[in-house]
Amino acid sequence: MQQDSAQATPAGAGERAVVLEAREIVKRFGEREALKGVSLEAGRGELVAIIGPNGAGKTTLLSILAGIQRADGGNVSRSPAEVGWVPQQAAVYSKLTVAENLRLFARLEKRPDVADVVERMLAQTGLEERRDDPVAQLSGGNKQRVNIAIGLLSAPEVLLLDEPSAALDPRQRERLWEFILDLAATGTTVVYSTHNVQEAERHAGQVVVLADGEKLFAGSPRELEQIVGATDLDFEEAFVAFLRQRGH
Amino acid sequence: MRWLLLKDLQILRRSPLLVSLLVIYPIVIAVLIGFAISRGPAKPRVAFLNEVPPSASVLELNGEKIDVAQYGKQVFSRIDPVYVKTEKEAIAKVKSGDVLAALIIPADLTQKLSGGTGSANVRVYYNAEDPVKAQFVQDTIKAEVQDANTALTKQFTKIALNYLDLISTGGNISIFGKSFNVLGLAKSEAIVNAAQSGLPANSPLRTALGQVSNFARLARQNLNLSNGVLAAVGTPIKADQKIINGSRTPLDAFAVAIAVTISLMFVTLLLASGILALEREENAFLRLVRGLVSRTGLLIEKIGLAALCAILVSLLMLAGIALFVSLAWGRFPLWLVSLVLGGLGFGAMGVAIGGITREVRAASLLAFMLALPIAFLALVPSGAVSSGLYDVIRVISALFPFKPTLDALDAALNKSGSIGLPLVHLAILTVAFGVIARLSLRRFA
Repeated sequence: MQQDSAQATPAGAGERAVVLEAREIVKRFGEREALKGVSLEAGRGELVAIIGPNGAGKTTLLSILAGIQRADGGNVSRSPAEVGWVPQQAAVYSKLTVAENLRLFARLEKRPDVADVVERMLAQTGLEERRDDPVAQLSGGNKQRVNIAIGLLSAPEVLLLDEPSAALDPRQRERLWEFILDLAATGTTVVYSTHNVQEAERHAGQVVVLADGEKLFAGSPRELEQIVGATDLDFEEAFVAFLRQRGH
Repeated sequence: MRWLLLKDLQILRRSPLLVSLLVIYPIVIAVLIGFAISRGPAKPRVAFLNEVPPSASVLELNGEKIDVAQYGKQVFSRIDPVYVKTEKEAIAKVKSGDVLAALIIPADLTQKLSGGTGSANVRVYYNAEDPVKAQFVQDTIKAEVQDANTALTKQFTKIALNYLDLISTGGNISIFGKSFNVLGLAKSEAIVNAAQSGLPANSPLRTALGQVSNFARLARQNLNLSNGVLAAVGTPIKADQKIINGSRTPLDAFAVAIAVTISLMFVTLLLASGILALEREENAFLRLVRGLVSRTGLLIEKIGLAALCAILVSLLMLAGIALFVSLAWGRFPLWLVSLVLGGLGFGAMGVAIGGITREVRAASLLAFMLALPIAFLALVPSGAVSSGLYDVIRVISALFPFKPTLDALDAALNKSGSIGLPLVHLAILTVAFGVIARLSLRRFA
């Protein structure tokens, strides 16, 4: 598992070039403070997992980084146009084919090389043979690939994924992570939220732990285990123990 | 935006059932409503028995021959006669439901008419198990008999006037084949005056003849007034019709405007609300408005697409209708302007519905629920309900694009009334519904 993480964070070991920075992000919904001054940093090619219990503010933070929601305070180093965003539910048109979806969004992104980009994305997602299939006929995993491919059409340096593997079976999940790890290996920074703590341990160079809108931790999975102090716990147990220690 | 438009067209093309329903359903509804409004009930089938022998169908009054059969034809203008041979057969047809009613003209009809001693009766049989049907038969027969009465009265009046003219001015009259000369009041007066002037000045007869002459003159003058009096008896009340509001659009032509407006409304509302709600159902909305398309741009695209499709359907419908009803193609630019503004108004209302409901099925349901009452309210005529209720209906109708679209199309198709005001009204509604739709997108995702 450690090995996977190390492979996925080529920039983590050496000199770290920060490509995304969020400072003191605050978000309120009426009286409720959903994010309480959360900061985050991600280096080139780094895989950052945002984890936390339900209602922690994971999706809200990603939405603000993606420019879908406005923060009530703080700032983000990149404009929304500079980051790719992949929502949790596949945001694709089920009546259109895979290629038509990619073509449409490439045109809307005003890509000058629409045909090339579409071909590249089809190759990258391994969906060349399904290019003319309506998205409605794809499996959940393949739909999610198309969803991610659309997020990558503008060739962003940073890709934000909201629970990318939710609702996928283990085999589909595995294939999806292979795809995401390949992206990171080519220098794309991937920030994702997940409920699956083991997935974070396995595929993240950095985990950011949120609870009740507060950032409790940012560091590697091993650092989190070290903070908890118990050596006989696996990462999920260490994560739960960590939350308990912090009163959550 | 054009790529988004093409995408929506592509999705529509791949939903043939939806598109078929979107096109066929409103056209069927529109045509049904149009026919229901423009056409009264079909001519009722009525068993008809004329017992008057052909030789006795003509009655003679003062040498004037009146063919009663001619007036029977008037009755047939509003009924579909089923000729029978006996009264029994007529009654059997009514009982079996083959005909709605039976009308029997008795053999003594002309005799009674020429006798002048009372009304001549016709016999009517009908089933009354259905009060609506019974009322319909009563109204139809009553109206027809009234028309025949009026026509006969006119004829009798004409004969009476001839008699009065004869009394006033004199002339020949034929009675029982013999011709008589009637002196007439005018000539009588002249004779009396001549006789009076021939008498000595102190003759006592002068005064008496003067009285006779005065009577003849007064009688003649008053008889001259009788023309108008008798004409008034024939038709005591005439309706002098003046239009205060609205126009003199023939019912068929108005039905065309209604049918097209209903089609335009259904297609635009359903399409605009559905395709906007679909963006959310496909989770694509946030992806789109994250810098690819502005929210306002997205609404404009949906309104434009829905209006465009609905205008095409409406134009096709008009082209089809033109095969049966004469339409003023010279006014095509006005049709188009009305359809465009109507389409935009309904499109804006549609996206407001789609924005508020956020789900395709809920959007379609709400569009249906709103469309029909709006259309029916706009068609309620003044006087059909109390004035207070009518004012409320007018206000409600003014809040939606149906009434102004109907007014604009009626003006464009039938040259009735001003087209400017409804078009301005539609432009205002388009902006208002557009604003509602834009506000609804704040909580759309």
